[in-house]
Amino acid sequence: MAEFKQAPADAPVARKLLTWVDNRFPLTKLWNDQWGKYYAPKNLNWWYIFGSLAMMVLVMQIVTGIFMTMHYKPDAALAFASVEYLMRDVPWGWLIRYMHSTGASAFFIVVYLHMFRGLLYGSYRKPRELIWIFGCAIFLCLMAEGFFGYLLPWGQMSYWGAQVIVNLFAAIPFIGPDLALLIRGDYVVGDATLNRFFAFHVIAVPLVLLGLVVAHLIALHEVGSNNPDGIEFKAKRGPDGHPLDGIPSHPYYSVHDIFGVVIFLTVFSAILFFAPELGGYFLEYNNFIPADPLKTPLHIAPVWYFTPFYSMLRATNPLMINVFSAIIALATVFALLKGRFGAALKVAIVIVALVAIALLNTFDAKFWGVVVMGGAVIILFFLPWLDHSPARSIRYRPGWHKAVFAVFVFFFLALGYLGSQPPSDAGNYVSQAGTLVYLGFFLLMPWWSRMGEFKPVPERVTFAAH
Amino acid sequence: MSHQQVDQGRRTWVAISCGFGAVGGVAAAVPFVSTFQPSERARAAGAAVEADIGGLKPGEKLTVEWRGKPVWIIRRTPEQLAELPKLDAQLADPKSLRKPDELTPEYARNEWRSRKPEFLVVVGICTHLGCSPSDKFQAGPQPSLPDDWGGGFLCPCHGSTFDLAGRVYKNKPAPDNLEVPPHMFLSDTRLLIGEDKKA
Repeated sequence: MAEFKQAPADAPVARKLLTWVDNRFPLTKLWNDQWGKYYAPKNLNWWYIFGSLAMMVLVMQIVTGIFMTMHYKPDAALAFASVEYLMRDVPWGWLIRYMHSTGASAFFIVVYLHMFRGLLYGSYRKPRELIWIFGCAIFLCLMAEGFFGYLLPWGQMSYWGAQVIVNLFAAIPFIGPDLALLIRGDYVVGDATLNRFFAFHVIAVPLVLLGLVVAHLIALHEVGSNNPDGIEFKAKRGPDGHPLDGIPSHPYYSVHDIFGVVIFLTVFSAILFFAPELGGYFLEYNNFIPADPLKTPLHIAPVWYFTPFYSMLRATNPLMINVFSAIIALATVFALLKGRFGAALKVAIVIVALVAIALLNTFDAKFWGVVVMGGAVIILFFLPWLDHSPARSIRYRPGWHKAVFAVFVFFFLALGYLGSQPPSDAGNYVSQAGTLVYLGFFLLMPWWSRMGEFKPVPERVTFAAH
Repeated sequence: MSHQQVDQGRRTWVAISCGFGAVGGVAAAVPFVSTFQPSERARAAGAAVEADIGGLKPGEKLTVEWRGKPVWIIRRTPEQLAELPKLDAQLADPKSLRKPDELTPEYARNEWRSRKPEFLVVVGICTHLGCSPSDKFQAGPQPSLPDDWGGGFLCPCHGSTFDLAGRVYKNKPAPDNLEVPPHMFLSDTRLLIGEDKKA
């Protein structure tokens, strides 16, 4: 047991109380370890605000969510009306609901930027692989939350969106139809589906999410933050044992974070009060029509944060299967001609390629669309092992790597835009190109990330006192 | 601890206990997962429905609900029927050969996919991901459709197109033709959906 501390007799009551607690629970120690004396690099830039913002939005979603469950009825006959009741009759109910719906989109904006920061500065590289993996799992949980939550208002988009996503699982060969039945709990999306999605949305997934957030932070505070220079800031320590390039998070980053929160809340409030639907992107207009199982709205699209992946699903048609088959064939020929493998390995490569092409053409394009969509998310988990760049940070990578990133971002945004639009032939060709760029960016990363002229990485972080 | 001799007998019993514990844990999960299945009430709600098609004029469509899904009854005009055989080359499965047992009952395995050539009866749910396609009966060029469009259905979700016999066009996300539900004519104006056995 730790030594029993004693506050001076003339100390204020608060101090005595804290001492009493500290002798029984490590309150001061937890604060100092996790934030107060937790050293972070000095040179973190504005990209590093999004982690704290995500935390704040999470708290906001939980609080507004709890208050909404006090009025919401998870029943197919009552759900739509109970949401409208919350919006019109409950005092300030509209604010709580719009905070939650705008908060969902804000969450994804913040998290996408947070992930992109990781990509820019190689924040997932050794020894931060687990931070990244926990983060990807959080992203998956958020997608599940977004999907389950969107059914609850029981509008047209809720209904048909859920219908499409549940049917994605039905595309899996052999077990698919039974799996979809198990998810819906009925032969069509109905009351049983709404009820269980409510349970998932308000308790099951949030519990997992909170656990993952804790794991994400424990892992982060174990190894320390990366920084825009992508070097280990703890490598150089002063005589007191603290990193020379580090600074305690409090008050330095507390102040930074508060400033960031103020800017974020300014923008957030502007949207919340003046354009809570944001032109149909945050809340789709069709969702203000009650669910009708007999009629799909003329234009149906998921909420914006799913549209990049949705575009990839739409892009995978029989033509795309032929393109995939051709790419696998070309890659195999290239591996045979250029690769320095033994004969046995070459035979194995040919067999694997032939099996892959055969499978591509055996199952429906619909199934492969689901595989592409799921794979596009799952591939993120493997990023720490795909990136072989000698420098972590984009700052010290060859100039053309920035161009590769720019092309990737451009196509990701293009996929996102096209996924929100009605299907068209021209749009589909762009989506197909975008899908290939997205997959190529990750799958070819082991090769392209180590090519080119790298700049020398500095010994100490780039930081000028101000 | 490392200095002590490991008691292999106890190790074995610990491993066996863990094994049984795991089996028990999995067994306990079975009832929980089972609750996800459709309830008895949901299973029972699959009765056949009757539709009155007496008032349906050529070129019109009637939608009825069967097992929570939209079922379309379309009375096709002679011109629309004449168009069907010309489309075969553009369709993925013009003869309804794929999964015939699930999608096309024997009496509908023909060019017009119906019992009576005039009346098409299909489940109005796209075989891709379950959206309900929209009517595009008007032939000719229009947004999201080819210029030589001959009338049919367009799925708003992923752009699959179907002709007026519910047959899917080639190179579209939907793999299969629209499902023809079991159905039978009780009289000239009464149609029963969900059953096709003669009583």
